[in-house]
This record gives sequence, C-alpha cells and structure tokens, in this order.
Amino acid sequence: MTGGFAFRGVVRTAAAVLAIAALLALGSLLPQSTPLSVSPFVVTLAGKYLAYAMLALAVDLVWGFVGILTLGHAAFFALGGYAMGMYLVREIGARGVYGNPDLPDFMVFLSWKALPWYWWGSDHFVVAAVLVLAVPGALAALFGWLAFRSRVGGVYLSIITQALTYALMLAFFQNGLGFGGNNGLTDFKDVLGFDLHRPGTRAALLMISALVLAGAMLATRALVGGRFGRLLIAVRDAESRTRFLGYRPDQVKLLVWVVSALIAAVGGALYVLQVGIINPGEFAPANSIESVIWVAVGGRGTLSGAVIGAVLVNLGKTLFTAWLPELWLYGLGALFIATTLFLPQGLMGLGRHLVRRRAEVTPEITRPAGDAA
Amino acid sequence: MSERRRRVALLVLLGVVLAGAPAPSRAQTSDRTTSDAASPVDPFAGLTSPHFEAIAAAVGRLGAEGAPQAQAVLRALSAHHLFVAEDGGLYVREGESWTDARTGAPVASAPAGARMVRENNRVRGALAQAMAGQALLGGDAAARRDAAVRLADHPDPAMLPVVERALATPHEAGLDVPLQRARAAMLLSPGAPTTGEQAQSAAVRVLRDAGGLDARAVLARFAADEAAPAEARKAARRAIVTIDRRIRLWNLGQQVFYGLSLGSVLLLAAMGLAITFGVMGIINMAHGELVMLGAYTTYLTQKTLTAVAPGLAAFSLPLAVPVAFLVCGAAGMLIERGLIRFLYGRPLETLLATWGLSLVLQQAVRSLFGPTNVAVATPGWLAGSFQLGGLTITLDRFAIMLFAGAVMGAVLLVLRRTALGLQMRAVTQNRRMAALMGIRTARVDALTFGLGSGVAGLAGVAVSQIDNVSPNLGQGYIIDSFLVVVFGGVGNLWGTLAAAMTLGVGGKALEPLVGAVSGKILLLLLVILFIQRHPRGMFPLRGRGVES
Repeated sequence: MTGGFAFRGVVRTAAAVLAIAALLALGSLLPQSTPLSVSPFVVTLAGKYLAYAMLALAVDLVWGFVGILTLGHAAFFALGGYAMGMYLVREIGARGVYGNPDLPDFMVFLSWKALPWYWWGSDHFVVAAVLVLAVPGALAALFGWLAFRSRVGGVYLSIITQALTYALMLAFFQNGLGFGGNNGLTDFKDVLGFDLHRPGTRAALLMISALVLAGAMLATRALVGGRFGRLLIAVRDAESRTRFLGYRPDQVKLLVWVVSALIAAVGGALYVLQVGIINPGEFAPANSIESVIWVAVGGRGTLSGAVIGAVLVNLGKTLFTAWLPELWLYGLGALFIATTLFLPQGLMGLGRHLVRRRAEVTPEITRPAGDAA
Repeated sequence: MSERRRRVALLVLLGVVLAGAPAPSRAQTSDRTTSDAASPVDPFAGLTSPHFEAIAAAVGRLGAEGAPQAQAVLRALSAHHLFVAEDGGLYVREGESWTDARTGAPVASAPAGARMVRENNRVRGALAQAMAGQALLGGDAAARRDAAVRLADHPDPAMLPVVERALATPHEAGLDVPLQRARAAMLLSPGAPTTGEQAQSAAVRVLRDAGGLDARAVLARFAADEAAPAEARKAARRAIVTIDRRIRLWNLGQQVFYGLSLGSVLLLAAMGLAITFGVMGIINMAHGELVMLGAYTTYLTQKTLTAVAPGLAAFSLPLAVPVAFLVCGAAGMLIERGLIRFLYGRPLETLLATWGLSLVLQQAVRSLFGPTNVAVATPGWLAGSFQLGGLTITLDRFAIMLFAGAVMGAVLLVLRRTALGLQMRAVTQNRRMAALMGIRTARVDALTFGLGSGVAGLAGVAVSQIDNVSPNLGQGYIIDSFLVVVFGGVGNLWGTLAAAMTLGVGGKALEPLVGAVSGKILLLLLVILFIQRHPRGMFPLRGRGVES
C-alpha cells in the first residue's frame, strides 16, 4: 500500500532540477564565444523560476494534501524576501547614494536619524537567515492557530488568507513602516562579501536554489509519504471523521501550514538574492492566486507537478510578455479556466493518463453528484 | 435685587470707561475715519481717488448710508461701468450712453479723459459688503436673507446702521435670526461703537447660539481684545467652548455620514455577491469585473444618449440602471451556463476558474476601451450638496445611499415575494427535493446567478459616479465585498447590510485616528480576527440546512 504514496516521481524531478541548474550554472561560467555558453540573464531567470517553484511546492503541500486553498501564500514568500532584503540593504553600507554607513538610502531620504529597533542585527547574515524563517513562521503559526482552532475552513479560510496578504501589502506600501515604501528594497551590492553581479556568484546562487528546492521536495515527500501523509489525506477528505477517530486535525493542519509557510519564506529569500529587488507588489493577492494556478497546471497533490507547473507557467509568462504582451492576461485567464475545466489533475494527471501508470496522485473524495453544498 | 442692580450699574459704568478709554487710538488706526474727515459732504468723493483705500472706504459708506444714487453707482462699479472724468465727475456708461453718477441725469457726450474706477480685492470685498447692505434695504426676501447671512459672516461695524434700520423696519420672521447674528457679530468686531458690557454679553449669547466657524472667529477676536470688558470676554470664552463642542458633534455626524455613504457603496458591491456566494455558494472572483462592466455600460449609455438625443443626456443615469442590470445579468447567465455549471460542488475550482475569467474580462475591456480611465459625467441634478444642520450632504453620495436602499429592498422583494425567489430558496435548501417538486434547478441556477450579476451591474452604475472607471475598477472591490459577505454571515442579506455599514462607519471612524491606509489595515485585521472567532459571521444561519 505504501507504494502508492511513495511519489517516486519527486526524486526524478528533483534530480532533473539539479541537472538542469548545474548545466546552466556551468554554461554561464564558460566564455561567451563557446556554443554551450549561457547568458547571465538566463541564469537569473532560472533562479527566479526555482524560487517560484519553492512557493508552488509550499502551496501544493497545503492545498494538495490538507485541502486548504491558500490565497495568501505570497505573503510568507514576500516576508522571507524582505528579511533577506534587509540584510542585503545593510550590506550596501556606505556605498549607497547618500553614503551613510549606518542607514539605508530610503531612511536617509525620509530623514530618519536612527535604525528602527526591528532592523537591529540585520547586518549579520545569520540574523537575517533566522528572520527569514522566524517572521513568516511566527505569522503562519499565529494565523493558523487562530483559524484552525475555530475550524475556519474552505472558502472562508481562502478569503481571510487573501485579506491577510492584502493588509500586509497596504502596510508595506507605507513609508512609515520602515521597509522602503513602494520602492521596496533594492540596489543590492553583495552577499557575504561576494559581488552579486558577478557570474560566479550568480551561478553559485542558482546551484544553491536548486539544492534547496531539491531538499525541500525530498523533505515534503518524506512528510507526506508515510503514516503522517495518510493522516493528512484523511484530514483533507473527511475532517470530522478524522476528529471522531481521536486525531487532532487542527494540530495536523497547523504543523503542515507552518512548514509550508517556511518553505515559501525560503523561496522568497532565494528570490530576492537573485532578482535583486523586493517591493510590496509581491504581497498582491493576484500573486498568491497565480501561485495556485502553477500548482493546478502541474497537478495538485503531486509535489513534482507544483515544481513543473511553476517553471512552465513562468516560462510561458516570460515568453508571452516579451512577444505578445497584450495576450498574456488572456492566456493566463484561459489557462485558469481550461485547467479547472479540462485538466483537473494537471499535467501530471495528463501524463499519467497517457503513459497509463499506477496512480500517484492522492485519491480525491467523491461527493454525491448534484449536491452543490 | 437692589444689590444686583447696583452691581450691574457699576459694571456698565466700568465697561463704558474701559471701552471708551482706547477709543481714540482705535479711531486713529481706522482709515475709514481719516477719509471721513477728508470728505464730509460728498458721499461719492472717495471713488474719484486714485488710492484703493479711499475707494474702498467710499464704497463702504455708500453701502451703509443709502444715498439715493448709491445703488446704481455700486451696481455700475461691480459691472465695471463706473468712470471718473478729468474734472472729478463720476459717470456711468451703459452701452454708448453716459449718465452722471451723482445725479442720474443723462450726459450728452462722453466725458473727457474718462477712466474706469480702479478695483482690487479690497475694493471688491467692500463692494460685496455694500451691495449686501443695499440688498438688505431694498431687495426681495431671498436677497435680503442672503445679504443678512453675508453680513453676519463678514461683520463690518460700518454696516451696523443698515442692520439696525432693517431690524427696526417690519421684516419677515425668517430674516430676524440672521439680522440679529449680523448685529451681534458687528457689535463684537473691532471698530464697533461702544455699547457697554450688557449689550456685548447679549451679543455673545446670540453668536453662541448661532455657532459656526465665522461666529467663533468673531468671538475669539473679541475674547483676545484686552480693551473689552472682562465679564463679556469671559462669556465669549465660554461661548467658544460651547461652539467647539457643537462643531465637534457635527463633525462626528459628518464622519458618520461619510461612513454610511462608504457602507452603501460596499453594500451595493457586496449584495450581488451575497446572492451568488451567500445563496448559491458560488465563489465568483469575477464579481468585481461585473461591477466594472456595469460602470462601462453606464459610460456607453451616456455616450450613446449624448450622441443620439443630446437633450436627454441628463437622464442617461436612470436609463443606465436597467441597461446595466440587463447587460450584467445576461453576462452572468452566460458565465453560469458556460463555465460555473461544470464546477458545481467544487467551490475551490470555481474560485480559480472565475479568477481566470476576471483576468480575461479585464484584458478584454482594456483592449476595447484602453487602459486609462473613461470619463463618466455626473448629471447636473446630482452635483452639489445641501446643508442639514451642520452637515454637508453631497447629493451624489446621498443618491447612492438611497439607491443602495432601493436595490436592497428590491432584492429582498424578489427573494421573499416572487415565485422565482421561492424556487431559489428551495433549490438552495434542498436541491434534490426541489427538483422532485418539479423545479427546473438548472434554470433557477442560471436566473439566480443572473440576478446576482445584474445587481453587480447596478453597483457599477453607482460606482461610476464616485470612482475612476478603469479596467482595474473591479479588483478594488472584490476583497472588500467578500469580507462584507463573510463578515455579515453568508446567506443573510440583513447581515450583509449590517456588515457593510459596520465596515463603512468603522473605516471612517478609524481614518482620523490612524490615517486612511492604516485604518483600512486595522479594519482588515479586525475582520480577520472576528472571522476566526465567529467563522460564520455576525448573523450565522442556523438549522439543519447548514452544512457543518
């Protein structure tokens, strides 16, 4: 029986991610003239896709396995990004436009005299790394604890996650909050002493992203693959019955919710390192919903599907917005509709249908037909 | 009693002494008195002067004294028809004919070297005052009232005789209050004739009861005047406190009005959702885009009507109401038949599919009408505002409040009193049983969704009057609308009303305390916390029909 939950595809996908990332990273280090050389732009783009894949993985963990349709996961992603961004801004030091060694440029511009207390220690990478995990983790824990304890579920939970990220977006747009207002944090120079603009650093960051993503995939696979995974499915498909059997669905959900937020936050930190900017737009509710469609396109509840969906949809977005910018929203909208109508199990489901392999997707609950409630 | 009378007499005496002592110094600083000395006989002499101060003073005197030709001269001055000739004569030009301003007699030929009487803001101010004075003495009822209000708001002691005369002559009842106010304000203004402490205290009381910022300014100046009697000044200070309290209360009322107005907009936007989401359980993320479609329908209706029948353009808004309802209702039924019907029982997938639809609709409108705002005109009968006590009620916001109430009443009527409403409720409560009773559930689904979408279109008509009509319009309303529906309790229109008004008034109440954006954030967090405590909203539906 455990075979059905083994998710052998996850290992293959993780390996593929590592291989492609290694190929691109090595290619970018070759001289420009060689045929296998890769431009730094492509490396950054690939790094961005992998950061988004982390977000998609986080969404799949809660949506695919616990049935929580989150419309606010980009909040954790962006919070992780801001925590890393704080460190990167402090690394600029006196090389900023105003040359102030202690204060970031935007604070000088707002004529602040001292760092706010929540910026203390942000010049140490270790502190930043802790913040990347601690802040989104704490928010997720508080939010999840309140929500799951009162059994807020389904659509209601979706709507309040969306309201949460919307409120955070409004807050981060304010200059007074101390995170650079609508410009956000940008203009980074280096990380741990390595120049962020050098191809070597970029290649290394891409490899690190790939390793972290592969690690996260294997870790989530371990989480959902065993007995605990069965419990998750039980909670997703029949929460009340699971509770009557003596389990605590609220605790199970909270644990997975927080783990998922942490994965998203790490993704956000990797995103900022490679893309080089974080601004309040990342909190936009539309971003969170987009990350759900990556999972839906790839195949919900498959882990690999989330990664593949994130990379493919974002690749499509890059190509579309470059060639036919007006058509992108039509394309994305049609993708949402077509996936939900015709491809409920995503590309993974389609692939399985074509290859006729044993089902790897988690079983769906069957509702009595025709009962909309 | 006699003791008190003696004290009053003493105070009056003291007041006279105190008020009288600095009078000469005040007279010296007043330019009016100096020009009085220069031309005691001819009331028009100052107008011929090249100095603005002298002109203004002469205008003021004309307004107060009411010389027989004064009104004609003032009117000529305000119309730029008053001229000074080289010989110092004043002439009024009407077309090509000239008359002597002092006598009103026609003049045969144009006077030599005539130049227009000069004006600046000071002269214009004095002119407005003087015209008000003239209107008070000779105008019709409305003009007299306006003049009295103007004199009360811009008190000038020089006009005191005019007001006294108007008070002394028989006048209509409505004129008495503004006249008394004007008189009181003049008595307390610098340069007023000395009247004694009792009269000043009485004037303070009149202004206290009148209230308003202008009266407060007069009182504040009087209270700061060292020369005024101490008792009267104290009364003035107390009156200021009273007026401030009243102004604060009215401001609170104004804030509540803004809140109710915002709540009405939220109610309109959320009501359609309360039907599709609350009654049918469909999460329609394209709801905001249906509101947007309604706004664009209003725009198109207006444009078409202006092109076809320009005379009827003012009535394009009432026409847009049914048009937007039909257009958006039809769009909604199309969406239900073409998309949502395949997703019943899968609420989260419906959410994603309708989100995709909203992207397509936004981009379609952007392609058709461009990414920028389109201008929807506000008809003349909706522009402006009226006073309700100390409240300023803007007509467009007031109309939206009425409209929201009417739409809510209509929706309730449809749900409670029509066969369709009965069928809707039956299908919602028990779909299979309803089908067994012969209700065509598919048709009811489409009609219900159409009704919700049509109401979204109505919201679009209202929103087009107060918000920018752009392809992004819908996105600004979708999160708020969902919060209103969930906050109020799903499937309960009265709950939606209560939630919309709570959020509207709450938002406006928080705004002055923490700022607009922080207020909004705080409100969102409060609603999130509330939903955590009460997942089914303020007014949850109870009973067996509610799924766990």
